[in-house]
Amino acid sequence: MTTLSIRSLKKVFNPGKANQVDALVDVDLTVEPGDFVSLIGPSGCGKSTLLRLLADLIQPTSGTVMMNGKSAHQARIDQDYGMAFQQAGLFDWRSVAENIELPLELKGWDKAKRRDRAHEMLELVKLREFADHRPWELSGGMQQRVAIARALASHPQVLLMDEPFGALDEMTREHMQAELLRICRAAQTTVVFVTHSIPEAVYLSSRVVVMSPRPGRITQIIDVGLGDARTDETRDDAAFYTKITEVREALRGIESTLAARGVDNR
Amino acid sequence: MTRARLRRVVMFVAALVAVACLWEFYKIIGPDQGGKAFGWTVLPRAGDRSMPHVWEMFARLGDVEASQGGRHIWQIILSAIWYSLRLVLAGFALGVIVGMGLGVVMSRLKLVERGLMPLLVASQTVPLIALAPLVVAWGGKLHIGSFTWEKWMSAVVLGAFLSFFPVAIGTLKGLNSPSAEALELMQSYAATWRQTLFKLRFPAAVPFLIPALKLAGSASVFGVLVSEISTGVSGGVGRLIIKFANEASSKPARVFTSVFGAVILGLLMAGLVAAAESRIMRNRPKEIPA
Amino acid sequence: MSTATDSRGERLVRAAAPPVVALVLFLSLWEAVVKGFGLKPYFLTAPSTIWGEFTKNFGRIWAACRVSGTNALIGLLCGTVLGIAVAFVVRRFRKLDEIITPLAISLNAIPIFVLVTVFSNMFATTSDVPRRLTVTLGVFFVVLVNVAKGLTQVSATHLELMRSYAASETEIMRKVRIPNAVPYLFTALKVAAPLAVITAFVSEYFGGNQNGLGSKITGSLSSSKNAVAWAYVFGACLLGLAFYLISIVVETVATPGGVSKRDRS
Repeated sequence: MTTLSIRSLKKVFNPGKANQVDALVDVDLTVEPGDFVSLIGPSGCGKSTLLRLLADLIQPTSGTVMMNGKSAHQARIDQDYGMAFQQAGLFDWRSVAENIELPLELKGWDKAKRRDRAHEMLELVKLREFADHRPWELSGGMQQRVAIARALASHPQVLLMDEPFGALDEMTREHMQAELLRICRAAQTTVVFVTHSIPEAVYLSSRVVVMSPRPGRITQIIDVGLGDARTDETRDDAAFYTKITEVREALRGIESTLAARGVDNR
Repeated sequence: MTRARLRRVVMFVAALVAVACLWEFYKIIGPDQGGKAFGWTVLPRAGDRSMPHVWEMFARLGDVEASQGGRHIWQIILSAIWYSLRLVLAGFALGVIVGMGLGVVMSRLKLVERGLMPLLVASQTVPLIALAPLVVAWGGKLHIGSFTWEKWMSAVVLGAFLSFFPVAIGTLKGLNSPSAEALELMQSYAATWRQTLFKLRFPAAVPFLIPALKLAGSASVFGVLVSEISTGVSGGVGRLIIKFANEASSKPARVFTSVFGAVILGLLMAGLVAAAESRIMRNRPKEIPA
Repeated sequence: MSTATDSRGERLVRAAAPPVVALVLFLSLWEAVVKGFGLKPYFLTAPSTIWGEFTKNFGRIWAACRVSGTNALIGLLCGTVLGIAVAFVVRRFRKLDEIITPLAISLNAIPIFVLVTVFSNMFATTSDVPRRLTVTLGVFFVVLVNVAKGLTQVSATHLELMRSYAASETEIMRKVRIPNAVPYLFTALKVAAPLAVITAFVSEYFGGNQNGLGSKITGSLSSSKNAVAWAYVFGACLLGLAFYLISIVVETVATPGGVSKRDRS
């Protein structure tokens, strides 16, 4: 069964008004279980909008979004996915462990079960000793790890991520990418990952979805084909660079058509 | 006590001593019958009847008041403080509850906020004095079983009237403070409005509530004192100030003792709120003063 | 939902509508309750009666407003000037800051109006100075605390920039600190203006001239002229609102496009 299925998705903001925006038009996408899919494109291409439609945080103008065979709405009610944003968004008034317990509290889990799961997740992201620390005592990278632990706390099948490493420095970023792959492989999670960074998209994904703006749509889907076992050495592979170039060309094609700014070729 | 705190206490005491010295200094150089500066009669009289010596004020604390069963002035003042403090706390508690409730309602229903807020602002300009007899009159009609409205309850209501407003504003601001992403996070958890309120909005509102509580504390003191005076409640600091002020010509230094009482009341309340603040905020990041 | 295409007029109406509606509802309910239950003025006076007394006694109410308003205004002006001046002094001489600031903050916590009793003793019984002095003190502390914060809490980046220009302390003061402090001053004024009015009223309760609003209100109440008292209360509300509006107007005029900072102290 496909995990995510998007058909003829269309999203228009402020329809009929002077500031109407065609955020997404005619989007079709299928994501299989265990897939890691990146969404990349210049500003305004609708990648964040697409992610939020998947999350049922906003509703489509027309078209369908299905997750695990249910509507996106039902999937949200059933908590079939976890989400992570660019800002870790941890609650200052909760300890690190309590932050991870948040979604579990909302689902009505009892205290002992929550504690155990929180510690299990901390173990997974290698932050076990920081369970009782406060979020502001942690570095940016560590906070993001906690955010990821929180997103995976209820062991959802799907992980939706909106530029979660955007605020981190390059070294931490690469480290976090490796960690994320490790965690998702262990849990067999399906991931949809929005990013501005081409190397990041190529390193992490099995497929890179290239999008363009005005109106927002999918231009190209590139199979990365670097296999499942990505390591630090992968970054030195010739195949890695070839893929990066391929994605860059696809984006440049859009750029030259639009003379638009906004994509980092980092 | 940490060194920093000790230093602050020392500085505060030094400030008080400085004020006392300025007082005495003016007494030495100031005109006994008052005077003019730049053509306006703004210089106070420096005579002993108008500006008693600082030590005189303290000495008066030891006086014995025959009409009150031979108690010392300082005892009378302390029991007055205790009496008023309880009213202040009750008014404060009531104001906080009403204020927070209003804040929640206004946060939930934008229309209520837009309709109510300007009126609430305007309501704060109504001088307390006018409301006091009204509350007393209403209370007089209130007989539920054996419950009768006491005058002091009016003081509590009036204290609450002054303190609810800053709490409502602070609560509203705080409840609306979480970022869009935090709200999206709760939405992604399919959290109900109530769950979002208790798990996100309320905790996020706490740093906004603290300054509001400080304002509410001093507002409650203000409200209770003024209403004690206008509703004729006896036993509190307000009445005492009036009483001693009326005796000012015969016992000029006594006025200061009741003023001390009011000052202590205000400082006590501020101290209680500050203590509550450090307890509530103990697990929060500390704001670093610029 | 307002959109970017609404005209300013439409937005103004949309903003004013809910409170106006709420006010009309409130007044109608009030009137209905009094007339419907036949309540005596001692208990609750109807808005229509209050309005009647207000128009009838307008001359006297206006005179009382002028007295209280003058006290409040003088206190407001003196307190503001003094507050700003001391804020600068405290900024310049840090040692004084340690003594003055804790005093200012604690004095903010106590009910200032009780000092009227002290001041009344120090001046002639018919003098207006005690009340004006009390208002001045109340305003002074609010302005001092806020302006001092505005002068001190400047963005670290701005300071670094100025230091990289080898700017002197005076230049930093003029170009960075003072402009930074202006919104704080207006926040203070928005609080101090109504505070001045209220302090002026309450100070009238402690003897002295009985020609201000506060004394007139209590006077009418004690002679059981409740409706007249409420008319004076209405006058007092108008005075308070007027002061608040003046502070907003001053702010708008002095800072085109500016917004006062929220005071979080």
